[in-house]
Amino acid sequence: MSDSKNLMDVALHLGDNALILGHRLSEWCGHGPVLEQDIAMTNIALDLIGQAKMYFDLAAELEGAGNDHDHFAYKRDVLDFKNLLITETPNGDYADTIARQFYFDQWHYLLLQELANHENERLREIAQKSLKEVTYHQRWSSEWVVRLGDGTNESKEKMQHAIDDIWYYTGEAFMPADFEKGILPDNLKEQWMSNVKAVLDEATLTMPSDEWMQEGGKTGSHTEHLGYILAEMQFLPRAYPDATW
Amino acid sequence: MLTALEQNAWEVLNLVEDPEIPVISVVELGIVRSVIDDNGTLKVNITPTYSGCPATQVIEDSVIEALNKAQLLPFEVKTVLSPSWSTDMISESGRQKLKEYGIAPPADHSVDKMALMGEERQIKCPNCGSMDTQMVSQFGSTPCKAHFKCKDCLEPFDYFKCLK
Repeated sequence: MSDSKNLMDVALHLGDNALILGHRLSEWCGHGPVLEQDIAMTNIALDLIGQAKMYFDLAAELEGAGNDHDHFAYKRDVLDFKNLLITETPNGDYADTIARQFYFDQWHYLLLQELANHENERLREIAQKSLKEVTYHQRWSSEWVVRLGDGTNESKEKMQHAIDDIWYYTGEAFMPADFEKGILPDNLKEQWMSNVKAVLDEATLTMPSDEWMQEGGKTGSHTEHLGYILAEMQFLPRAYPDATW
Repeated sequence: MLTALEQNAWEVLNLVEDPEIPVISVVELGIVRSVIDDNGTLKVNITPTYSGCPATQVIEDSVIEALNKAQLLPFEVKTVLSPSWSTDMISESGRQKLKEYGIAPPADHSVDKMALMGEERQIKCPNCGSMDTQMVSQFGSTPCKAHFKCKDCLEPFDYFKCLK
């Protein structure tokens, strides 16, 4: 495959991560445990969906078929999506959402730090912009892991449960798909493990050690959850093509 | 030296208000990155504050409308990502207007970090000037703001987060 096709797939992978996790967080709108955190989650959702738009614009440029960002969000099906499985896992309870966000943010932050110096100018620009936002995301989710982990017996138990449960979706980020080789960094795992451990230690939680991991999202093998997400997200533009406000 | 067209364009754009904070112009906010007279074609670059800020599209539309209205034709408005927007791009007059409007302007990076980590007494209350303030949430009513409260006058207020 050509370099340009691989770069397009990387842009879709990064855009899909942001879009799907952004959509998941947006499901909390009006349901957050307290108003401030409802607003926090929807703010993070907005950042991510904005980032997805930038990646999809890049993918559209590389594709050169006259499509725009909406095409990639609304006109593709499950098999075309390249997001990490962790981004599509259900919101569960607040601890589940925090665990998912924490694991993802810790990876996302390290990734963007590398991409902010990438040789590709467009990727570099998007990363530099996103990194500023993700710095806030990462701080927020880490603080919540500590607050709930080092909280009451009940919050600790729930947080540990969530950390253990979602652990199996964290390995995929460090298993490179063919399209990303030579474009995305492949050396983030060690730093990620050490950063995650530092926060879990502070939270008085136990870091899972199981090495078996779920995978498949980057190549289109998704959990059953993605279809439901797309059904909700894509219904309107599919039922009413080119609808405008 | 600015050409007469550029000068004129800056004046026109300085009247375009931010849709969320209507006391400050998109120029003062640092959203208008450059205005260039390219042999009679006006080339205007704008940049989003936060990637997902819903105001971005409204701002672009307002900029186009203002340039059309002032008949500064032909023009091109382009959104650029780099160098990415930072709160340092907010002008001094912009910071003053934020404060008068009841939004605490962004603090220095180190102070900002302490304030958003939950350290009290870092951000001055824009209503009564007290330093006895506390963060309620890192995320506020728009992507660019955090939510604070003043323990002196008991008013809640928005703090414009430092973005570097």
